[in-house]
Amino acid sequence: MSVKRDSLSVGLAVGAAGVAFGAVAVADHFSVAQACFLSLVLFSGASQFSLVAVMSAGGSALSAIVTGTFLGGRNGLYGVRMAQILKLKGWKRALAAQITIDESTGVAIAQSELEDQKTAFWYTGFGVYVFWNIFTLLGAVGAKAIGDTSAWGLDVASPAIFCAVLFPRLKERKMLIASILAFVWALSITELVPAGVPIISTVFIAALVGWK
Amino acid sequence: MSSQWIAVIITSFACYALKFIGHAIPEIWLSHPRVQRITNLIPIVLLSSLVAMQAFTTKTKFVVDHRLAGIAVALIALKAKLPFPVVVIGAMATSAIVYRLKI
Repeated sequence: MSVKRDSLSVGLAVGAAGVAFGAVAVADHFSVAQACFLSLVLFSGASQFSLVAVMSAGGSALSAIVTGTFLGGRNGLYGVRMAQILKLKGWKRALAAQITIDESTGVAIAQSELEDQKTAFWYTGFGVYVFWNIFTLLGAVGAKAIGDTSAWGLDVASPAIFCAVLFPRLKERKMLIASILAFVWALSITELVPAGVPIISTVFIAALVGWK
Repeated sequence: MSSQWIAVIITSFACYALKFIGHAIPEIWLSHPRVQRITNLIPIVLLSSLVAMQAFTTKTKFVVDHRLAGIAVALIALKAKLPFPVVVIGAMATSAIVYRLKI
């Protein structure tokens, strides 16, 4: 019972951040329909924010696609882990794939019993999905009434969310080193290369730090 | 079709394909320790550089402004183990206040 309650409260807390996505997307000149399409079909916060951020920073559609898809890559890695737990086939596997994200995987692997892991995955995944989409629509529609997004702190919502996602993982030394190198590298080259490149190019840092 | 719609649709389906492939991939392919170490680090470097871009650049130019205050508050809140909504709302409120005071 508490697994379901915990899962749904994560769903509500994280889903509420959808209001920031909807508002940021519209503030960055995306339509309400595009914001909702991203939350319904793409459904991965980091990829959604990055796609919008790259294009609003003057990046091409191609660099937005590459950056967004790269950031979506980790969901594939979560899928590898969740498949071992869920052991699904056919349409259930296709459905599970769509809700395979940071939160559903995180809450699932935090459980000790196999049945609880499965319950946590479905409840967290669907919880986030439903609330994320409701709040995206509210944020996107509300953004038009907001005006200057900086005056409401919306320009800092998405980097703050990523800090929160990253923070617990930086206790590991290699993760911390890779994070700092990527941060410094991206800022060092941002004025020299097209938008999107400072982010994608950090894959080399992952390869260097992770090699040994 | 606008370049925005093209990016939205292609990225959406590419990201779903990645999620699905993850569920369908034979586990043995990713079992090499080096591959695992690197794939574990990839989300970390991507998100770290994304934070750098979103918080400290404007149109690809390096900028330090009100957003620094917001990020600082987020990090303090995370260090104090405050809940996720407090971290995000605290960062937004701080950034907004600093932005309004300067104007």
